[in-house]
Amino acid sequence: MTAAAVAPAAPRPSRRIVRRCVLPAAGILALLLAWEAYTRAFKVPDYLVPAPSLIARTLVEEWPTIRRNVGRTLVEAVGGFVLGNGFAVLLAIWFVHSPGVQRVLYPVAVAIRTVPIIAIAPILVLLLGNGYAPKVVIAALISFFPTLVNMVRGLQAVEPSALELMRVLSANRRQIFFKLRLPSSLPFLFSALKIATASSVIGAIVAEWVGSDTGLGYLIIVATFEFRTGLLYATTAVGSFLALGFFLAVVLMEKALVRWKPETPPP
Amino acid sequence: MTFSTSGGPVQALAGASLTIAPREFVSLLGPSGCGKSTLLRLVADILAPTEGRISVGGEAPVVARRRRVFGFVFQDSTLLPWRSTLQNVLLPLEIGGNARRGRADALELLELVGLRGFEAAYPWQLSGGMRQRVAIARALVTRPQVLLMDEPFGALDEITREHMNQELLRIWEATGTTILFVTHSSPEAVFLSDRVLVLGARPGRVKLELSIALPRPRDPAVKETVEFARHTAALRRALAGEVAPK
Repeated sequence: MTAAAVAPAAPRPSRRIVRRCVLPAAGILALLLAWEAYTRAFKVPDYLVPAPSLIARTLVEEWPTIRRNVGRTLVEAVGGFVLGNGFAVLLAIWFVHSPGVQRVLYPVAVAIRTVPIIAIAPILVLLLGNGYAPKVVIAALISFFPTLVNMVRGLQAVEPSALELMRVLSANRRQIFFKLRLPSSLPFLFSALKIATASSVIGAIVAEWVGSDTGLGYLIIVATFEFRTGLLYATTAVGSFLALGFFLAVVLMEKALVRWKPETPPP
Repeated sequence: MTFSTSGGPVQALAGASLTIAPREFVSLLGPSGCGKSTLLRLVADILAPTEGRISVGGEAPVVARRRRVFGFVFQDSTLLPWRSTLQNVLLPLEIGGNARRGRADALELLELVGLRGFEAAYPWQLSGGMRQRVAIARALVTRPQVLLMDEPFGALDEITREHMNQELLRIWEATGTTILFVTHSSPEAVFLSDRVLVLGARPGRVKLELSIALPRPRDPAVKETVEFARHTAALRRALAGEVAPK
């Protein structure tokens, strides 16, 4: 047997497009078609489970309302994402440079993590009022912990011999941080940021349930109480697309910044 | 040299005394765990000795390290995966604060190690032998007076290793640095060195000092001579029974 016969042949570009775009799209399309067929065949009432076609129609009809609310949620989610992850990264850097601080503050971070977000939301509304603040804080809290844990791991995941190299080169702490620790932590950071995109949108929506007069969360509550199930589903779909778009933005950022193959891929 | 470990202090080196002349090629040979890597790290001031004294050209290792007297090549190439070949070679100069002037030097060194044309390649695109060449170029870019090599070819296959040995001799002759080379291969030590020091197992001490009286420049054909066999046999006898305790 020759080596060429063993090695998998590089797929042609057209087949790659089929594998990476057409097949996943076909999966989703099949799901929607099955859903549509089921609701029609069994005459499921619209207020229980609306058909995808009805949801699509609602989405178009109610678009002005949805658009007014989606902007607010987006601002809250992005604000919370930046705040929570920024704080987590800074804290991780502090932890790695002072193990004493880590020992004191890590349990506090874990304790914050264990507080159920839904339970803390009313408290934050009481404390911070009805505006952007409590939503941003909840979105921040929800994305904070995974990033902290991953960033600490990433900053510490430096090979001992690389640290010895820096020692031989007489590098100072700043150089060790910027030339070694920070770049090697990036794959870990991005795997946390990708999780944080979806969770910060969830955080913003949950916060809006508690006390708000705009936003996707508010719209979900209103649609539920008024039995406008089409609007409920349409809003949910928009929230999901919001998180997806956010996720893709982070993936693009990762592609631009992490151009090497990490030796040990982060979990 | 004593390390404190969770199982109590471990003495890694005791009574290891040696002197190395400028431009000399000296190998430290011994079983794993005999303290040869420790000795190399003491010289480079990566570790501080618990006892004893090391002098590098009349200076303490810490002074020599800060003056960038050392180049260090590790067993794994320790290239930074997010840096291209050229950027990896330039790293020591960046840290020393004079990367801009060193670009020409770096390219020249890549030529010397036979990697011209691979400046833009990333470590994952290179083979093990090529990565080690980059590591050697990186160690040489500060024009070190002393090159410390810790089993640099230990992870390579034998064919690549033999080729790298020849390359190293060529580079050594071209640059004129002093080389302290750690290995656990007797033929490699004999082929490369002016002098081989055999270290005994824990605590490491010099068991045998052997001058290699083979003519230079050396060619792989030298390995087929009786002289070569006599040298490796002497090393083998000194190593026999020196198996490191687990």
